[in-house]
Amino acid sequence: MSLKGRKQAFRVTRGIGEGADMQDYEIELDEGMVVLDCVHRIQYEQEPELAVRWNCKAGKCGSCSAEINGRPRLMCMTRMSDVVKETPKGVPIEIRPMKAFPHIKDLVTDVSWNYEVAQRIAPIKGPEEANWKFNQTEAHRVQHFRECIECFLCVNTCHVLRDHQEFDAFAGPRNLVRLAQYEMHPLDEEDRIPEIRKEFGVEYCNITRCCTEVCPAGIQITDDAIIQLKERVVDRYYDPLQRIWRVISGKKVRM
Amino acid sequence: MAGSGYDEHEYDVIVIGAGGAGLRAAIESARQGAKTAIITKSLLGKAHTVMAEGGCAAALANADDRDGWKVHFHDTMKGSKYLADWRMAELHAKEAPDRVRELEQWGAVFDRTPSHVINQRNFGGHTFPRLAHVGDSTGLEIIRTLQERGIHEGIDMFTEYTVRHLLKEGDRVTGCVAYGRVKGDFKAFSAKSIVLATGGITRCWTVCSGSWEYTGDGHALALWAGAELRDMEFVQFHPTGMVWPPSVRGILVTEGVRGEGGRLFNNQMERFMFEYVPEMFRGDHAETEAEADTWVEEVVSGKIATVRRPPELLTRDVVAKAINEEVKAGRGSPHGGAFLDISHRGKEAIQKKLPSMYHQFMELAGVDISEEMMEVGPTAHYVMGGVRVDPLTQESTVPGLYACGEIASGLHGANRLGGNSLSDLIVFGKRAGEHAAQRARNLAPPRIDEDQVKASIATMLEPLQRGEGENPGLIYDEMRDMMQAKVGIIRTKEELEEALEDLKAFRARADACFPGTDRRYNSGWHQALDLINMADISTVAALAALTREESRGGHTRDDFPVPDESHWGQHLNIVWMEDGDIKIRQERIEPIRHDLQVSLDEVKAMIKERAEEQGGGK
Ligand SMILES: Cc1cc2nc3c(=O)[nH]c(=O)nc-3n(C[C@H](O)[C@H](O)[C@H](O)COP(=O)(O)OP(=O)(O)OC[C@H]3O[C@@H](n4cnc5c(N)ncnc54)[C@H](O)[C@@H]3O)c2cc1C
Ligand code: SF4
Ligand code: SF4
Ligand code: FES
Repeated sequence: MSLKGRKQAFRVTRGIGEGADMQDYEIELDEGMVVLDCVHRIQYEQEPELAVRWNCKAGKCGSCSAEINGRPRLMCMTRMSDVVKETPKGVPIEIRPMKAFPHIKDLVTDVSWNYEVAQRIAPIKGPEEANWKFNQTEAHRVQHFRECIECFLCVNTCHVLRDHQEFDAFAGPRNLVRLAQYEMHPLDEEDRIPEIRKEFGVEYCNITRCCTEVCPAGIQITDDAIIQLKERVVDRYYDPLQRIWRVISGKKVRM
Repeated sequence: MAGSGYDEHEYDVIVIGAGGAGLRAAIESARQGAKTAIITKSLLGKAHTVMAEGGCAAALANADDRDGWKVHFHDTMKGSKYLADWRMAELHAKEAPDRVRELEQWGAVFDRTPSHVINQRNFGGHTFPRLAHVGDSTGLEIIRTLQERGIHEGIDMFTEYTVRHLLKEGDRVTGCVAYGRVKGDFKAFSAKSIVLATGGITRCWTVCSGSWEYTGDGHALALWAGAELRDMEFVQFHPTGMVWPPSVRGILVTEGVRGEGGRLFNNQMERFMFEYVPEMFRGDHAETEAEADTWVEEVVSGKIATVRRPPELLTRDVVAKAINEEVKAGRGSPHGGAFLDISHRGKEAIQKKLPSMYHQFMELAGVDISEEMMEVGPTAHYVMGGVRVDPLTQESTVPGLYACGEIASGLHGANRLGGNSLSDLIVFGKRAGEHAAQRARNLAPPRIDEDQVKASIATMLEPLQRGEGENPGLIYDEMRDMMQAKVGIIRTKEELEEALEDLKAFRARADACFPGTDRRYNSGWHQALDLINMADISTVAALAALTREESRGGHTRDDFPVPDESHWGQHLNIVWMEDGDIKIRQERIEPIRHDLQVSLDEVKAMIKERAEEQGGGK
């Protein structure tokens, strides 16, 4: 389907916090546009004040998250040809900011909570001596998690945060991915299991997999990260064999 | 947030920019005990560095044990067309391996060799496989590692603040003034040392691989503060940017594609690069397609190459100009580029080695690169020029003002080798942080000069008070189109002179544009301010390009098509500002230290011998 010359209607969130509402715009489309291009066109032609975050325009920086027709996606990687197809005739394409985070203005939200949680996670601790040795298979397990672009779409989608506002009790999928990435690093020696259980509240996750569905980096957040962390917590706290082994061996473990 | 009030903050060291260079500088500064802050326009982890793909150059000698600092030094000097500062090239080659291993200890997980250490890939201009990498998202790995380390070093972060002015006392720098993007508030900082790590300027061109951040802020801040810039005529046009559809034009296609065996074709399906091997590189590249293909086979199967590399891996300036010529001669692809083909490597290898390229073409162009060819063409990618710094300390010509990363100059001369930027960031980021902190040790905190701050804030608020005027976005687009047309890959005297005139007019339009009145997250306001530095920095680049009457590396003059070794091979352009006017002069390059010359000769002899062996005695 050629988009060139097509007039397209949009409804975009405009304003700040409580005072925000939806504004209508119409622009002419070009070949191969993505949603972010349309937002820029609105900015350049009609609304210079329109607030939007973006950087790379290639799905690498995770800045341009929004809810397009109600689905959380990256604006720079969502092609207009697809959005036009999914939008019923005569209905404008709707672009809203991520809902789970405090609204700043227009399409921009305050995602600082994610950074605050990250700050509380103990960093990698490995051998003092440089030139670490581990193989590609071991590397690969962690590399997968490290593809996260911090778009926070997963956090935005998780009902524990979006609907139940458990921001104090639960670290959210993005930071659980970070924890998994450290925990599964082949040479890391730090112990984060007690924190994963208490402070970061891994047990709040009830494995709905909604986060995995929206992840633009294709990370298996639920199965590869969260469930693995849950298992480690279960092993430490609830596994009778491990408990007996600790008593026999006299090995101290943080609980 | 109304009014022109501001908050005050006091630090030993302020780092402007949170890309690889800024983060590395701040970590070092904090570790030296200096009270350190970072100011950045974007959120943490979003800087340009996150976009880097191919890898980080360091002579670890893991993939080929014949590599070493001398070879890396030689390759960097040769790639720079011998305009690089040889002291910086030496430090860079010697220190990069330690900086890369340090990243590993901070959590970076690079791809591995069969013997379980960091693997390295081939890139244009590097004699041996030298780039530590993670698939094709090495920048993400590096910025995330530095970010995850940086947040535990006690550094204060001011994210989404844009610095617009540097404060001065006499000839030294004493602080800076910034506006908050979110609220439109103002902050004045007192600092004993300031490190500029603001990245590049490539947003000044329409077809570019950069983000909105690349508006040359740091270059302009330095210029306005009286610092000297050098090499500003040298802009790297990366040969392979996407060309279709229009909305993705310029987005980078990593050189890693060619490193993994990618072949360039024109519309006659000729591998045209065989015709474009310059004199300087003659003899060290494959002469037949069979030889080139053998090299790829050997290299991708982890063997040491016994034949010479494909001409697709010539330095970026050479490949970009070749594509440009092919298009001009009517042999271009349908949308004005060349074809790049990697499909012969098969889907599995492509998805493993180049996952984000696969994804990028699939999502943005609807092209499956494991079956179809890509269309690619040159895109403004990197500025070799920038703030002139002391090679050891990274201090600019203004006391207390440091620069590192893309904004600094000296390491890359007329042309940067791929992978030499990420290594530049960590080597010289560390050095800048270290020396900025050391300088701060013996100084009293400077006073914040209220008059300078108020004047700065008044200039920032002015566009919002104009009541009417053009949309800054339109001026922005037109100015970039002009730069693309007149200060692009191929330059002429007439066009450069026109460009300088045009820029004056753009500057006048920028001074009269109207971005609305809102101070909260007003993209138009930010752009209205960016236009001012873009106009000044574009002027600097055009002036330097007009002055250099020869062709070398990233600077090509249609009216002076060949290098002029006797004069320009020995001279640099230095630009600075005096009473609001941009000035230029030439300075002779300092002769290279004797032992380094000896090293260069040794490596040259080694490469020649090797090429002769590989070329079967030819
Ligand atoms: C697509 C792409 C791929 C690349 N691939 C490679 C590669 O494979 N290998 C390689 O070596 N190089 C590569 N490069 C080049 C390399 O990535 C960049 O040169 C490098 O990352 C620049 O790092 P930096 O730290 O100097 O600046 P950046 O990472 O750009 O950071 C600049 C920082 O300065 C801040 N800033 C700017 N202006 C202001 C202001 N006024 N106030 C406050 N903050 C400000 C920004 O917010 C940002 O935080 C690539 C570049 C691109 C675009
Ligand atoms: S799987 Fe867990 S973290 Fe993911 S959305 Fe569901 S509850 Fe949230
Ligand atoms: S895990 Fe995926 S969805 Fe979540 S922040 Fe990272 S990239 Fe985004
Ligand atoms: S702009 Fe970087 S992910 Fe969309």
